[in-house]
Amino acid sequence: MSSIAQKKGFGATLWDYLTTVDHKKIAVMYLIAGGLFFVIGGIEAMLIRIQLAKPDNDFVSAGLFNEIITMHGTTMIFLAAMPLLFAFMNAVMPLQIGARDVAFPFLNSLGFWLFLFGGVFLNLSWFMGGAPDAGWTSYASLSLASPGHGIDFYAIGLQIAGAGTYIAGINFLVTIINMRAPGMTYMRMPLMTWTTFVASALILFAFPPLTIGLFFLILDRMFGGNFFDHTMGGNTIIWEHLFWIFGHPEVYILILPAFGIFSEIFAIFARKRLFGYSSMVFATVLIGFLGFMVWAHHMFTVGLGPTANAIFAVATMAIAVPTGMKIFNWLLTIWGGSIKVTTPMLYALGFIPSFVAGGVTGVMQGAAPLDYQLHDSYFIVAHFHYVIVGGVVLAILAALHLWWPLMFNQMLSETLGKWTFWFFFIGFHLTFFIQHFLGLMGMPRRVFTFGANQGWDLFNLISSIGAIFMAIGVVILVVNIIITVVKNVPVGNDPWGDGRTLEWAIPQPVPFYNFKQTPLVRGLDTFWIEKQEGNKEGMTYAEPISDIHMPNNSFVPFVMTLGLFIAGFGALYNGEKDWAVPVLVLGLAITFASMAVRSIKDDHGYHIHKEDLMNEKGGK
Amino acid sequence: MDLDKKYTPQTWPDHPEQVTMEGKNKFLGFWLFLGGETVLFASLFATYLALKNKGPSGMEFSTQTLFELPLVFVMTMILLTSSLTSVYAMYHMKNHNFKGMQLWLGITVALGLSFLALEIYEFNHYVHLGFNYSQSAFSSAFFTLVGTHGIHVVVGLVWFILLIVRNAKRGFSLYNAPKYYTASLYWHFIDVVWVFIFTVVYLMGVVG
Repeated sequence: MSSIAQKKGFGATLWDYLTTVDHKKIAVMYLIAGGLFFVIGGIEAMLIRIQLAKPDNDFVSAGLFNEIITMHGTTMIFLAAMPLLFAFMNAVMPLQIGARDVAFPFLNSLGFWLFLFGGVFLNLSWFMGGAPDAGWTSYASLSLASPGHGIDFYAIGLQIAGAGTYIAGINFLVTIINMRAPGMTYMRMPLMTWTTFVASALILFAFPPLTIGLFFLILDRMFGGNFFDHTMGGNTIIWEHLFWIFGHPEVYILILPAFGIFSEIFAIFARKRLFGYSSMVFATVLIGFLGFMVWAHHMFTVGLGPTANAIFAVATMAIAVPTGMKIFNWLLTIWGGSIKVTTPMLYALGFIPSFVAGGVTGVMQGAAPLDYQLHDSYFIVAHFHYVIVGGVVLAILAALHLWWPLMFNQMLSETLGKWTFWFFFIGFHLTFFIQHFLGLMGMPRRVFTFGANQGWDLFNLISSIGAIFMAIGVVILVVNIIITVVKNVPVGNDPWGDGRTLEWAIPQPVPFYNFKQTPLVRGLDTFWIEKQEGNKEGMTYAEPISDIHMPNNSFVPFVMTLGLFIAGFGALYNGEKDWAVPVLVLGLAITFASMAVRSIKDDHGYHIHKEDLMNEKGGK
Repeated sequence: MDLDKKYTPQTWPDHPEQVTMEGKNKFLGFWLFLGGETVLFASLFATYLALKNKGPSGMEFSTQTLFELPLVFVMTMILLTSSLTSVYAMYHMKNHNFKGMQLWLGITVALGLSFLALEIYEFNHYVHLGFNYSQSAFSSAFFTLVGTHGIHVVVGLVWFILLIVRNAKRGFSLYNAPKYYTASLYWHFIDVVWVFIFTVVYLMGVVG
């Protein structure tokens, strides 16, 4: 295979993406697919706010409203936030540690396709008899009673997508442990890499309980199981435990990479070394650890008893300590820095007060007695939107602007970027700040409408107006992306001028084999060190130019996933349609056959030869 | 590095599964995977303990009336022995004795199959007694926990058979050594899970 890029037709490009194992291309696919689901989830959010804009509204029916809120939550968490973070992890992390690719390029591709097919499967429910309607938590007492196939789409779709996430987690862990460039010790790893590492460890241990919970739900609803049916001796609380043993680490799986992104941004645009690097690493690991100890704070009102509630309340509040460490470290990074207020920096500056507000309400809910008052009210809705939107979504938007030039060799417009930020940021606070008070005034979450005499009209209207602002912000972002892609002005490497970590040292457009020679890492912020010392070559290298070993592209991951997708429909209609079991068997047969093919067929990859590398432009 | 290179017992490395980068990654990745599997089975065990002996009112089945230790003891011995034979296989891989390794893996597969046959017999027996999957929460939890282990046994056996057949004519290489090694790790893990099933489900069910 030639290592020189050629102009290709549409079919060839499509085939290239269907079979690619390159972490940079997979990152682009995660970005596109995650972005698409983000827009779908956003439209669902707008429908919710239209329905709640005035009292006694009949814009959507109560049943449809339940489907919309369920799909909004599920889509945003599983199909938008996580894949978008995976996009940046894939694009940036291997470059930050100077690796050729991730440890298992084949599995990287498999993980992406599993996520995409799972997401498509879940969203097909809209067209095949109705979406899931038991909330994103899908408590078994509710979901077992749900008629139609909505919940089945939820359980099977998330099972497929979850397998992809699990695979990606293992892949990132092995990559970071085994494939760091010479000199890249653990305590020299950029914070984005560290948070990817800890988030991946959380994925490894948090997703299996979800898998089991979803299996129980599938077995109960489609295959005659009795796990949650109390008339048969089952226990519905088991679902709640399994779901939250997954669900609470999940919020740290989302927020830790967001912390990593902001840590990079503060250091770059304050043009200062990240303050308290070691304590940042320590706090990250500690948050990851404590994240597993607190799941029952979602279940204070279930009736676990005062002892259990007290233990989980204390553990919950303890998480505020390492998180607070991080907040102060960021503030002290900005302190005395030479600050450039770019779009990513704006997001980072907006993130601190927003996230602190979300954290403070979190501690309030951590106090079990108070939680009895706040539980299932709009206060909860306000809280988790403050941490998820004020933390994770702001981080994703910041990362999009920060790393767009790294991924596409173009710069998003700063002017439009700042417009996006202000619309989104003001809209966000307008929408959710007031919901705290709605909650305190007694408005329960997940209600499809409210009465005119309840005194909630004005605040709900303000909240809906805020949502329009956020939508305008997103529209400006889409326009920005379209303009940038059409203009296609190349910017070269280190376009911000202040890149500190290894990913900014790589030439643009990034060669498919990444660094021609593996770089030698001489300290934290290694590219910054080289720039300070006036290194004209960009980096110090650890090896002479030599042959590079590359993995082969493969279509097997796509087929493997397609099998599970087909099997999903078989399971869904089990006991209802005659063709269900044959389809289930056929789908699983496709998957297992492609696994066998993968095992039997040798895949040694190929080498790019030294001479080809030398001949390329800029070869030395 | 040429992955198809032929080695002699003298040149064969001490840890053939961890010589190449791919081998190192597989080794670590598989250990991590087993970590996740542990949590998976932990969830199943926790559910089983919560639903043990729980069923519709007046249910006649309980762990005491249902389980018979002699059969399960035989199954346990078979599976433990198969773990030992897979260790022999890995020992021969270390010493570059390909035939020895294939032979011991063959014995491992035979033992695994007999375990599986006994398990199918056991499940069949319970179903004939009326203790089927939908009978109660207890039956669902029991069959799911032990059945998930059974599915792991099937996967492990298919994996071993594929490896034995695929490599029968070409001997060792640094490409297939990590595959053999991870398959045997998987087999040990299955064995460890069974030790817990034997203890928690059967022993504590009958005696405890």
